[in-house]
Order: sequence, then structure tokens, then C-alpha cells
Amino acid sequence: MILSSIRRIAITSEGPTLENAVDPRFGRAGGFVVVDLESMATSYVDNDSSQVLAQGAGIQAAENIANAGVQVLLTGQVGPKAWTALQATGVRVAQGIEPMTVGEAIARFKAGGFAFSDAPVR
Amino acid sequence: MILAVASGKGGTGKTMVSDSLASVWQHPVLAVDLDVEEPNLGLFLRPEPVRDEAACLEVPVLDPARCNLCGACAQLCQFKAISLMGAQLLVFPDMCHGCGGCMRVCPQGAIQKGQRVLGRVETGLTASGIRCLTGRLRIGEAMSPPLIAKVRQHLRAMADEAALDVIIDAPPGVSCQAMMAVQDVNVILLVTEPTPFGLHDLRLAWQAFRSLGKPMTVVINRAGLGDEGVQSFCREMGLQVLMEIPFRREIAEHYARGGVLAEFDEEMRDLFTGLARKIAAMAGAGGHHA
Amino acid sequence: MRELVVISGKGGNGKTSVTAAFAYLAEQKVLCDLDVDAPDLHLIAHPALRRSGPFLSGNLAEIDPAACAGCGICHGVCAYGAIQKKGGRFGVEAAACEGCKVCVALCPAKAIAFHDRCCGTWFESETRFGHMIHAQLDPGQENSGKLVTLLKAKARERAALVGLDLILSDGAPGIGCPVISSLSQATLALLATEPTPSGLHDLKRVAELCQGLRTRSAVLINKADLSAEYQAAIHAFCDAREIPVVGHLPYDAAMTTAMVRGQAVTEGPVTPFGTRVRRIWAELQPLLEPAWQARSGEHQS
Repeated sequence: MILSSIRRIAITSEGPTLENAVDPRFGRAGGFVVVDLESMATSYVDNDSSQVLAQGAGIQAAENIANAGVQVLLTGQVGPKAWTALQATGVRVAQGIEPMTVGEAIARFKAGGFAFSDAPVR
Repeated sequence: MILAVASGKGGTGKTMVSDSLASVWQHPVLAVDLDVEEPNLGLFLRPEPVRDEAACLEVPVLDPARCNLCGACAQLCQFKAISLMGAQLLVFPDMCHGCGGCMRVCPQGAIQKGQRVLGRVETGLTASGIRCLTGRLRIGEAMSPPLIAKVRQHLRAMADEAALDVIIDAPPGVSCQAMMAVQDVNVILLVTEPTPFGLHDLRLAWQAFRSLGKPMTVVINRAGLGDEGVQSFCREMGLQVLMEIPFRREIAEHYARGGVLAEFDEEMRDLFTGLARKIAAMAGAGGHHA
Repeated sequence: MRELVVISGKGGNGKTSVTAAFAYLAEQKVLCDLDVDAPDLHLIAHPALRRSGPFLSGNLAEIDPAACAGCGICHGVCAYGAIQKKGGRFGVEAAACEGCKVCVALCPAKAIAFHDRCCGTWFESETRFGHMIHAQLDPGQENSGKLVTLLKAKARERAALVGLDLILSDGAPGIGCPVISSLSQATLALLATEPTPSGLHDLKRVAELCQGLRTRSAVLINKADLSAEYQAAIHAFCDAREIPVVGHLPYDAAMTTAMVRGQAVTEGPVTPFGTRVRRIWAELQPLLEPAWQARSGEHQS
């Protein structure tokens, strides 16, 4: 995927702002900060609908991502079922983001500092 | 008569008591292993296998030709077994709880009945004529309750067909699977050990199962091992202790050789015969035949 | 973060007693009781409760008798037999309700409510061994593993917050969902077993589960001197699977004696039994090292 064709990205986040820490989880992440890379406008997608589920949180989170209209997801790790679900959405995933703020993650992404994953972490 | 041998704590001796009761039971009997995650009853009763069949859960299979991506199925599914990702419908059969809802709400008839293997249902017969029924969960299958439900269906059919008494070796604990195993029985026998863990979990079991309103009674295994807490509790709650099995190394060694305790010696045989009689009386008094 | 999870397949093989014994020996760790069905670790740890909260999972259907038209469709579609007619009206048996929502969706009168379900309580406590995370599932509830997952997440949070890197978890018996959930991200699964037909049978099943989940395992043989034959069989099985046997404990009332005293078996007066447990704890240390994980090429987060 060419960097220039990416318009919107989502980052799993513990909260709605750029100062919040990246949430290493996907399925039960607090929410996703969605960034329009052109305008740098940000919005927040709450992931509560996934957290309340007894099972399938990752799948619900993937649905939330699909509805957010992003091309890329930055996160810590994605489980196998959520991975399958994300593949169906066509969203590319970069995993293994170390502890940093959402703002730092965006800057690092724009500088080409993340590699896309070929498989779920576990 | 249907007896469930249960406990709060694991490893108290449910299987040991179940196989011994089955071996001395006077009436034709069906020994059922509902501890489907770790079924051990057959290791001691050693039945000759009669049947061994797969038990399956009905799960959705999508016919993409008929699907119009309306998403009604995904909307309904509480377990994320079927979900709509953009323009693709995904099925995760191992998340399915077998409710059949997706098939019912699909307006296009696009969801067919598929199967997920839960495990096996095994039937057998021992040399002494004890019929055996065992559920064995497939390793990697997360849910026990659906398999327990299938084995219970077999249990009813087998018991009714041959007018058998039933002895159920239940799973440990008090969560869903344990509750399923003690449903619709005439007597619940709680096996415990006289230790703080034994007491704590006995109390949990007593609290959990008494809502079923069935006669409950206790067997204390490894009597003499710990303290008096369990005895005090039973006295306080009016729970009758029908039998105590002493804490003796030779009993443990007999078990470790795969032995049935009622066959260990005359004393054990008499103890279990007495226990069987008392249980039958409890069932007769409050309940009805299978 | 490193996590040792003590499981067994068969119940009554000493998981909780051994976890407590290690809790006394381990310097810096968070303790976690993942046997949410029948938790016992607190009987040795004596936790002082700091925080607790309801555990919400799944849903429960409830029929509103005023709105119900008595058509019986709900009864017909319920796959779990949870809807019965009693006293002339249809009602939901809570214990049998799976929370699938089919009755709610198909009721022509829209007479069925769908409530959140409180399945238990989680606890965050302090003990003489350090922080402890535990819970109690309510009787009859589905043990789906979600509460186990919640407790593990809390243990990790707590450990990270106070700068600790080890979690000691007392697991549940069996091989079902709660056990599968408890093995998630585990550095090492310690499988407690006993030399009996059931001990070996159940060990094989839980070892296969661990293998399928790519979880590193080690075996502890409790009551080891009960049967030379089965002890040999366990060793043969472990050798064939390359699962290290980290120690044997003899058939002994020591664990119970300590339990009755409300202590871990490594606490209090020094005994030969307690000394053996200390040696086993020492044997486990290299298996808990992150470097060992990296060498074998497995990813751990």
C-alpha cells in the first residue's frame, strides 16, 4: 500500500485526545482516534460496544473500524479472529506499537516508522 | 432414581464414590460421566465400548449466492459468530452458541445448518452389567454446556428405555456445567474433604444447589485429615453426613492402581452398600423413578 | 511481564496450595486467583479488600406478563428450553437462559425485555504476599472466560503500575474456556498432576491443550510416591513431549496442615516438604526467564 493513498488512519487509544496513550489492545481498547491525514482533523470512535461483549470483542471492534472508513489501523496486538475480520475490511494493520502517545504514533507513522503486519501477533 | 454426585471442590472423590456406588447398586444402573472436560469414571469401571459417536452443535454456514448482505443475522447474533464487515459476511463457527437465531431471521434462506464437533458421546457395558455413558469434550472446544446437554438427552433415552437407575458423576464447581449436571435429579450427594478448601467449596455447592429443592446429603472423604469445620457446617445446616471415608494411604494407593473402593475390602463394600441403601431411601421418600 | 499459571486438568492436585507456597517465596509479584468458580487462594492469602465491582456479562431475557399475548412462539424458538409455561403464563428460567436474544427478536408483541446480566464480583485486595486480584462467579453462571480475562488484565495493570514484572496465577481445573483464557499470554503453565489413572489421563488432555495454544509447560507430580507405575508413565509421557518435570512432592498431609493453619506450606516452621517446594520454585526460575522465550523464537508481549 502506497503511503500517499492512505487518507484516514485509526489508532487504538485509551482516550479521545492526541495526548492519550496508545492502547496496546485492539478488541477491548478504550476507543480509536481517527485521523484525516490531509487536514489532520481528528475524531474519536468509542469502543464501548466491544468491551461489553462476553466474547467476540475483537470482531465487534473490527466492525467499528470498518464503519470508521479508515485504510490503516495502528495498535499493539490483534487476536486471530479479529485479524480475520480486519482482513475482510481491507484495512492494513501495523502491530507492536510500543508505549507512546497517539500524537507520537501519528508522527511516527507519517515518517514511515511502522511496518504492516502479515499475521496477528498471536 | 437419578443421583448426582457433585462437589464444589475438585479432587474430593466424586468419581471414586460414583464408581463404588455403581458397583454395589442393587437395581440395573446407568453410570453417567458428565465431567466432560476430564471424564474419569470409565478409567475405573472399564466398560467394553458399545458406541462412540460425535456430538455436534448446529452452526451457521453461509450460502453467498442467496445472501443480500442485509445484515439481519449479524444484527441479532449476541456472540459475534456471524458479522458483517463492510461488504463481507463472516462466520466464526467456534463462537456460535447454537441458538439458531441467524437461520430464523434470514429473509433469504441464505444460512444453512452446519456442524461444529463438540466432542464424543461414548456408551459401554462393564463385565458386571453396569451400563456406562460418557461425554468427552474435544480438546480445544471452549464450551462444555452444549455437550452436557447432548449427553443428558442420551441419559434420558437410555434410562427410560431400560428402566435404569442413574448415577451421575458431575463436574466440579458450581458454575453452569455443574448446575446442568444436577438438574432434574432425585438426590444430590456432595462429596467433600474436611479441610478449609473443602469447607469453603462445600458451602458454595450447598448454596448453589439448594435452590433446586432436591434432597442433599454429604459424604466426607479423607476423614481425619484436616479439621472439624465441615462436620460443624453440616450439623449447622442440617445436612446429613451419610458416610465418612477415612484418610488412609492404602485407600489412596488402591485408587492409584485404578481400583474401585467398594471392591477394596469387606468393610468398604459394606459401607457403600449402606450408602446405596440410604440414598435409595432418600430418593424413594422424596422422589420418583427415572 | 511474566506470568506463571498453575493448572491441572484434574481437580485436587494442589494448584492452590502450590500457588500460595510460591506466593510466599516470590519477591515481587501480583497474585491472581483465576478459579472464579470455586476460588480458594484467599483462604491462605487472607486478603484485605481494597476495591470490588460487579462483573457484567451477557444478557437475560424477561417476559412482561402484561404485554404477553400467550402465543408461545418464544417457547418454540428457544434452543435451551429456558422458556416454560407455568401457571398459565410463559416465563424465562434464568439459569437456562443463554442470552441469545432470539425470543426477544421474534416476539410479535415485543413483550420480552433483554437485561444486562450480573454474573459475579471481582476483587482487588492486599495480602501479606502482595497485591491480589480475585473474583467469585455467581452460582450457575456461564464460566465463559471473560471474568478470567478481566482478572488477568487487572493483574497486568496493577503489576505495571507498581513496577512489578511477575504474575502468579492459580488456575481452574479442566480444559474449557476459563482454562483457555487463563493461558493467554502465559510465560509458563505449570501442570500439577498425580500418579493415578485419572491424573495421567487428565494431564494428557491439558498438556495437549497447552501444546495447541503454544504455551510452554512444565509438570509437577504431587503425591508422587503413591504409584511407581504411574509416576513412570507420567515421566514417559513428559519425556516424549519434551515437557520438563520440575519436581515431585510426596503423599503427605503437610499441605493440609499448613492450610488449616491458614498458611502457605513454605511459611512457618521449616519442613522437608516445604524445602522440596522451595527447590521446585528454584527449578522454575530459568523457565520463567524472558531470555529463554526469545531463544526458542516465540513472541511474547
